[in-house]
Amino acid sequence: MIAYIGSFLILLAFLNALLLITSKPILSKITADYESIILSSSKLLFPLTLFSFICLIFSFLLDDFSLRYVSSNSNSLLPDHYKISATWAGHEGSMLLWCLVLSFWTFLASIYSRNLELDFRLNFLTIMGLLNLGFLAFLIFTSNPFEKNISIPVDGKDLNPLLQDFGLIVHPPMLYMGYVGLSVVFSFAVTCLLQKDFKPEWAKWIRPWALISWSFLTLGIALGSWWAYYELGWGGWWFWDPVENASFMPWLITTALIHSLITCEQKSMFKNWTILLSIIAFSLSLLGTFLVRSGILTSVHSFANDPARGAFILLFLAIITGAALILYLRNSSQMNDKTSFTFFSKESFFLINNILLVTATFTILLGTMYPLVLDIFGLEKISVGVPYYNAVFLPLMIPLVFLAGYIPILFSSSNRNLKSQAKYFFISFLIIIIISFFSISLFDEYNLSIFIGLFLFFWILLNLVYELIKKIILTGNIKAITQNIGMFMAHLGLAIFILGATMVENSKTEKEIVVAVNEKLDIKNYTFQFMNITESEGPNYTAVIGHFKVYNNGEFLTDMYPEKRLYNSSEMPMTEAGIDPGFTRDLYITMGTLIDQDKWSVRIYHKPLIRLIWIGALMMVFGGIFSVLSKRKNINIGYSS
Amino acid sequence: MTKKVSIIIFIIFISMLYVGLSHNSRLVQSPLIDKKLPEFSLPVLQSDISADISVFPDDIFLLNIWASWCVECIREHRVLNLIKEERKIRLIGINYKDSKIDAVGWLKIYGNPYEYNIFDKDGQLGIDLGVYGVPETFLVDKNKVIRAKYIGVINEDIYYNEILPTIDKIKDDY
Repeated sequence: MIAYIGSFLILLAFLNALLLITSKPILSKITADYESIILSSSKLLFPLTLFSFICLIFSFLLDDFSLRYVSSNSNSLLPDHYKISATWAGHEGSMLLWCLVLSFWTFLASIYSRNLELDFRLNFLTIMGLLNLGFLAFLIFTSNPFEKNISIPVDGKDLNPLLQDFGLIVHPPMLYMGYVGLSVVFSFAVTCLLQKDFKPEWAKWIRPWALISWSFLTLGIALGSWWAYYELGWGGWWFWDPVENASFMPWLITTALIHSLITCEQKSMFKNWTILLSIIAFSLSLLGTFLVRSGILTSVHSFANDPARGAFILLFLAIITGAALILYLRNSSQMNDKTSFTFFSKESFFLINNILLVTATFTILLGTMYPLVLDIFGLEKISVGVPYYNAVFLPLMIPLVFLAGYIPILFSSSNRNLKSQAKYFFISFLIIIIISFFSISLFDEYNLSIFIGLFLFFWILLNLVYELIKKIILTGNIKAITQNIGMFMAHLGLAIFILGATMVENSKTEKEIVVAVNEKLDIKNYTFQFMNITESEGPNYTAVIGHFKVYNNGEFLTDMYPEKRLYNSSEMPMTEAGIDPGFTRDLYITMGTLIDQDKWSVRIYHKPLIRLIWIGALMMVFGGIFSVLSKRKNINIGYSS
Repeated sequence: MTKKVSIIIFIIFISMLYVGLSHNSRLVQSPLIDKKLPEFSLPVLQSDISADISVFPDDIFLLNIWASWCVECIREHRVLNLIKEERKIRLIGINYKDSKIDAVGWLKIYGNPYEYNIFDKDGQLGIDLGVYGVPETFLVDKNKVIRAKYIGVINEDIYYNEILPTIDKIKDDY
């Protein structure tokens, strides 16, 4: 019964979206009320999709195995909180979540667009409706989560054990909020193209949306990385997996976008470029969806796939992106884009920022698509791995991060004299080189990568902190910095992230060994003693749990319990890493296999400063949110956030 | 000019994705089909006997490549155990790039559907057979000629609807 209601609501949402997109071109000729139809139908999508989603949650909670989606992703033994998260664990449910998030953004866009001109607003909402319609059609025709089983199974197949985890509950919704939030930016850009204009106040209106989407994307990617770290048991935090890349590419482009929007707003420049970035950002989200959902690339995220789904998304991608690009090519020359600036200006540095970010995106796109192209031409099956990305991506990031530490203060109002700026630059450069040089001796290992990482960390940290303090002292008012606090946080988050990533990649220790009970082994100044193995029963799995005692310099530190689980219904073995988290280092143990009586193969890792990766990412998220919250003055020659 | 080029690039990009979508690597014919199994000399798992091509039966059989480190193999193993029970086709394994201890322990946990296993520790035989992912399965006839190759996990559907009909067809040819 509940499933029928859910199905019906989705159908209503589809019809509602149809009404929304036909109002402007068709109904406007018949009735004068078409405006209120557009405004109310764009709001109505959200409650319809929400209640449908709630119906699906209840179908899971009530173990309605007559639904194919429920029986293949749940099991009567599954704990209730995982039954709820199973709602979006498979393809169909996650597409429903996607539609829900899209309708939510449409709802917000409808409410907050009141201060836009009416005609612009109606066009904008119509385009949002078109996106809704496309995804609802995809849901209904290829991926209906309410589809019935032909024969009702006694019990469900169970949720993929990898996904029975807190990280999974929160990772996809956050990522989708980011991906789909870009649809607002996209629709807005297309509307600008239709109106053949992009006013500075429009840039001001759209920037918070880009920032919020960016914050959600950052959070979603960081959560995914954290989840992979503790759940996959490989000890890594980023794998350059095609699906990770699919989320990282829109992130890079959105980062470029939030910077170019500042120039749009303040100087009325880079209009065309900003519009193009908006289109590309959402198109890359769609491309990511296509790559993940079609099964065209093999990765840890590969879902059971169906070529019809891939074909549908591809068609949608081709139409949406193709139409937007053609519109761009036709109308962008009439946009009145007066971009002219001197070399030594904030605009030129923003341009460098954008060029670096876009280039980085294309290197990742190339790395992601290259194996696919080879495969199509039947040449060979290869996968592009970490060495490629380290070689092409990192060199682009170094100048970018260097700019992130300096540009914000270069054009600060408290320091407009070119000569004193040059002096400041060289002095700070020298001081920070010396500081990095001394601090590197605190670590056991030295190499150029660590040095560059440390230098960039101190470069951002010290420059920005110095500038903050100076500004507070000069104005004598702590409020002077509030309007830029978001930018400072985000850039500092980047610095902290870089420190963590550099240290963990360059001085981690990994050992893969066979241990017997009571055997001890040393890693750095830690001693691990293998105590015993116990068996235990979980709600839907059996586990063997290893017990390790850890000593630091001979003193007892903690107990660690890495697990190996075998899930009952899928017979899939899973490693649950034993992790002892710490600010300065993580200790990480995973159980391998039983080698002999009481002998196990295990992997033990010492990961210095790995927490900083996620702390840094969280700071970026808050930076994005603060940038939205702090009301910026329109004319501001100084800082940019 | 720029406009045309951009549109052409976009179209090429989309059509590439489209071709990729309809391009199913499962269907790629192995060049080894209708060729004889390669020669080898490798030990047999769980014994000290050294084996070469002559140990294979003069009968039609399935040659399944597996490893204890392969998660997908566990899913496939359920079907292999079923194949063993049904006794419609003989099943021989190649344990690929594995450690002896891990492999034997694995067979204890999940059951042993194989008559015996060739222990291909360094993957030499795997290279000769063109293996690029585990599991893979070859259907070999009584003349030790490879008649079909299945990349990825064999499920009930593939077993009943692809493998068994092919076996019947091969037997009819005799």
